[in-house]
Amino acid sequence: MTHASPSDSTTEHQLAAIDSAIERLRSLDGALLPILHAIQDELGFVPREAVPRLALALNLSQAEVHGVIGFYHDFRSVPPGRHVLKLCRAEACQAMGSDALAERLAHEHGASFGATTKDGAITLEPVYCLGNCACAPSLMLDGKTHGRVDSARLDALVEGAR
Amino acid sequence: MSVTVFVPGDSSARSVGADEVAQSIARVAAQRKQPVRIVRNGSRGMAWLEPLVEVATDASRIAYGPVAPSDVGALFDAGFLRGGDHRLRLGPTGQIDWLRKQTRLTFARVGVIDPTSLDEYAAHGGWVGLRKALAMTGVSIVDEVMQSGLRWRGGAAFPAGIKWKTVLGAVGDRKYVVCNADEGDSGTFSDRMVMEGDPFLLIEGMAIAGLALGATEGWIYLRSEYPDAERTLLTAIDEARAAGFLGDDVLGSKKRFDIRLRRGAGAYICGEETAMLESLEGKRGMVRPKPPLPAIAGLFGKPSLIHNVMTLAAVPLIVERGGAFYASFGVGRSKGTLPFQLAGNVKHGGLVELPFGVTLRTLLDEFGGGTASGRPIRAVQVGGPLGAFLPPAKFDVPLDYELFAQAGGMIGHGGIVVFDDTVDMAKMARYAMQFCAIESCGKCTPCRIGSTRGVEVIDKIRAGDRRDANVALLRDLCDTMTAASLCAMGGLTPSPVLSALDQFPEDFGLRTAART
Repeated sequence: MTHASPSDSTTEHQLAAIDSAIERLRSLDGALLPILHAIQDELGFVPREAVPRLALALNLSQAEVHGVIGFYHDFRSVPPGRHVLKLCRAEACQAMGSDALAERLAHEHGASFGATTKDGAITLEPVYCLGNCACAPSLMLDGKTHGRVDSARLDALVEGAR
Repeated sequence: MSVTVFVPGDSSARSVGADEVAQSIARVAAQRKQPVRIVRNGSRGMAWLEPLVEVATDASRIAYGPVAPSDVGALFDAGFLRGGDHRLRLGPTGQIDWLRKQTRLTFARVGVIDPTSLDEYAAHGGWVGLRKALAMTGVSIVDEVMQSGLRWRGGAAFPAGIKWKTVLGAVGDRKYVVCNADEGDSGTFSDRMVMEGDPFLLIEGMAIAGLALGATEGWIYLRSEYPDAERTLLTAIDEARAAGFLGDDVLGSKKRFDIRLRRGAGAYICGEETAMLESLEGKRGMVRPKPPLPAIAGLFGKPSLIHNVMTLAAVPLIVERGGAFYASFGVGRSKGTLPFQLAGNVKHGGLVELPFGVTLRTLLDEFGGGTASGRPIRAVQVGGPLGAFLPPAKFDVPLDYELFAQAGGMIGHGGIVVFDDTVDMAKMARYAMQFCAIESCGKCTPCRIGSTRGVEVIDKIRAGDRRDANVALLRDLCDTMTAASLCAMGGLTPSPVLSALDQFPEDFGLRTAART
């Protein structure tokens, strides 16, 4: 990794968000995760340019910062689509047909896990339990959990997000 | 005079339309000039009845459910604000059999009160334990916890009191109470329900632990999948601090205890206590070798009491009523109650708090009412993704930590996931290995590599490729993972895999005669 100047894709707004999160939270004990969350809450992802800035502010190596970002499923390195849909893939939801929902997302809606639909509307991510296991199957759309999701409900949610 | 109407703000109720129902009630009430006060309570835990609306009448609270927004007009027509009759009327909430048959110690207030109302918490017995603890010595508080027989409400089910005693005796310029709210096991939601439905209970439990052990800081590690719980907890922590239950001078005692909340980032392994500590310190969630025990050298190297939400939430009652009272519930060495969670393909799913000793059959028949699909139950998985699959033949074993373990099961966090007879158990075994591969922290080889090899071997077995040799290889691999993994992630992944293989060999293309 080099201390390159901000790439073209990292905007002024993004750099300001990164710096502001660092400034606000750097004095916390174990500050790295709270800062990464603050950046992603604001921008939807953690731009690459955050890595050297975090390393400098927290006295860590860039490898350490990069390693933390890569370890956790939550942190994205690229911007998501306009909406983020997390489909639960865990046992209780499987018992109620979540695999069929995953197939429907793939075949009817062109959404595959870890990717954004071509129209930029939806980023589909797997999640392993939303704690809604008695109202399975469940998904989370932009931070709101939806339970007892059948194919009609799924279609409506996806269309509403388009 | 406005009528109080309860519409749960619990995220599970919200997931099936509680917000829309609340809005609809507010709108129709305004149109008809019938003033209502809508309280967003926690959930009563009867998931199939959500959104469950309750109306406070002079006599009691009358329940209606499951209510859709389109039902609201008819409910007003039926005079539901006075408890009027309607096809969704369930009668007085407390008289509903499913609730009446439970022993709600930890969940006594959940679904009853407004979760973030300090007044209601106090009016329903809140803070009695904390006030009592302020007049006790640390040693005597720890003695009550010891006497209660309380064990961690997690995988290992270790006696909580021993942990408290170790932290009490540990030397450090700072001690921590760490709440593991990374409730990652599929089929579990009791922690979430308490955090959303009775957050002051957790705060009180942590404060008592802090006072007892001389810990000044409480940290909650909350999974990011629970944004509603985060909002509720942050509100409750602020309110508790403003009212003097937290801070530099807890209730005028000159003792300090405060709580901060940290959000996880989607890693299942961070429910393992040492990986959680690493994550709280801002690092990758890699499992630490033990010793040192976290009770001696935990968060930032300081003595730390680590418990999950259910364990800490049991503490206020234990201090209030005494350890002996708590220990009067349960069987054998499994004292108190466990909030079981019925989930997956179950007709009447939700939260069932009962003393230890109840059987799976009672939970599944009397409470669960069979499957949601109406088909026969083929298997249940108890204790999360690392728990064994059990066939109906084992449903009569009492849920007691020791007896259940002898039968090959693990109670863990009390989650029970039900599958009907359409389940492919070889596919579930493959999923268990795949989940381990996705969530392994990567520190030890048996877990990191074994899980991926496990997926491959199961794929070969399912494809009929040298089946007997590959089954032998799978058993050998599971043996290595069980014996040589650093933590329970790799060490217990073989449990669902082997239980599926042993109990349901036909799903792997093996002769059923191999059943043990």
